[in-house]
Amino acid sequence: MLKSSSQIPLGGNIIKPGNSSEYKTGNWKTFSPVWDKDKCAQCLICPVNCPENCIPVKEGKRLETNFDFCKGCGICSQVCPFGAIHMKKCQTS
Amino acid sequence: MKNLNKNKYQALIGGHAAAEAMRQINPEVVAAYPITPQTPIIEKFAEFAADKKVDTEFICAESEHSALSATVGASAAGVRAMTATSSQGLALMNEILSVASGLRLPIVMPMVNRALSAPINIHCDHSDSMSARDLGWIQIFCETAQEVYEYTFFALKLAEKVLLPAMVMQDGFSTSHNVEPVKIYPDKIIKKFIGQYKPKYSLLDIKKPITVGPLVLPDYYFEIKYQEIEAMEEARKVYLETGKELKKITGNNYPYFEKYKLDDAEAAIVVSSSSAGTAKAVIDKLRKEGKKVGLLKPILFRPFPQKEIRESLKNLKIIAVLDRSVSFGGEAPLFSEIKNSLYPLDKKPLLQSYVFGLGGRDLFEQEVEEVFEELLKNKTGQVKYIGLRK
Repeated sequence: MLKSSSQIPLGGNIIKPGNSSEYKTGNWKTFSPVWDKDKCAQCLICPVNCPENCIPVKEGKRLETNFDFCKGCGICSQVCPFGAIHMKKCQTS
Repeated sequence: MKNLNKNKYQALIGGHAAAEAMRQINPEVVAAYPITPQTPIIEKFAEFAADKKVDTEFICAESEHSALSATVGASAAGVRAMTATSSQGLALMNEILSVASGLRLPIVMPMVNRALSAPINIHCDHSDSMSARDLGWIQIFCETAQEVYEYTFFALKLAEKVLLPAMVMQDGFSTSHNVEPVKIYPDKIIKKFIGQYKPKYSLLDIKKPITVGPLVLPDYYFEIKYQEIEAMEEARKVYLETGKELKKITGNNYPYFEKYKLDDAEAAIVVSSSSAGTAKAVIDKLRKEGKKVGLLKPILFRPFPQKEIRESLKNLKIIAVLDRSVSFGGEAPLFSEIKNSLYPLDKKPLLQSYVFGLGGRDLFEQEVEEVFEELLKNKTGQVKYIGLRK
């Protein structure tokens, strides 16, 4: 939910440190990655190539993309050797 | 001549009157670059700094862009910071002017009006400050050295309350280099009036780390600019409150504009700064001849007091607005403001635009008298240029 003028610190100052994770950039994307778990071999090439570091890895396996921060650059789709990620046009809101 | 108390009055040029106010403010940082006719302000203040009459860190910057940038940095760090400039100096600061207001830093800058190049010229007109009128700075135009002195610490108090920067204008040479008797109030009283500065945010407060000046994209930029719009509106109210407070010390009024023999006038001139003094002399003369003439001298130009000016001008038959700057291809800035102010009236006074004094050309009493003579004929037309050889 975007804040109104009176709720924002004056002059756009950021008055709380370490809060960049609160600034969601996921709505920048035009295309969104669709991950096909069946085709995925868990090679982990996509998480290391993701420039936004938004493909989480847990216990040696990648999980679903964090769409709050994925900007839809499509690099994961490009680097996947198994064709397990394709880019789908986002619906305009 | 008034009988002046030597203990209270000093013979000061306008530039030194601004420096004297800066001495009493005692800002933690002053960063400046010399430019005629601002030089007496900064020379005098540098003397105060060298003589340890102030505690200021005085920074000789390598340009006005750097001077205002250093002032912005110091102000963001959480201290009182000032600079001063003129003409090309203000033009070079242009990029940082909107940074200062956008970051809501209450920087006060004495400004000595001087014509913009080219052709290069060192004398007074208002083209410099008019080019900065839309950048979120409070703008106050002074007629005399006394006004310069008082409005400098007045502006500081106002700026710190609404968190907007303010520039306090005086006319190059006519005010900045002419000696006038200036009543100086005791340091203690002025220091008490301005009070201790408590910054809202401070970059150097390591217990509360902040980021100043982050990137703000279309989702928030508009909202942050709206804060500035609201602060400017708030400044109207705070200006009057600050004036009431300062009146308790000085006994003077701090209105949005000065009315001189205006209330029963039929024809009036609107002119700001030192030229208002010339207009007053002419009005005194014409009043003795029974002519109903008056003056409105705008002091606060940003925010512009439209409503109050409309109330003061609504009963006049005819008004001449004398601008000391032009807007090439448009109406002169002050004329445009006055015209806009009168728009809601059903019965509007007639209006005539005059441009005068570009590049420091003097405005003589005879010329002001001719303006009134023209006005009293109740005829208006195209913009007129006083003293111009076409």
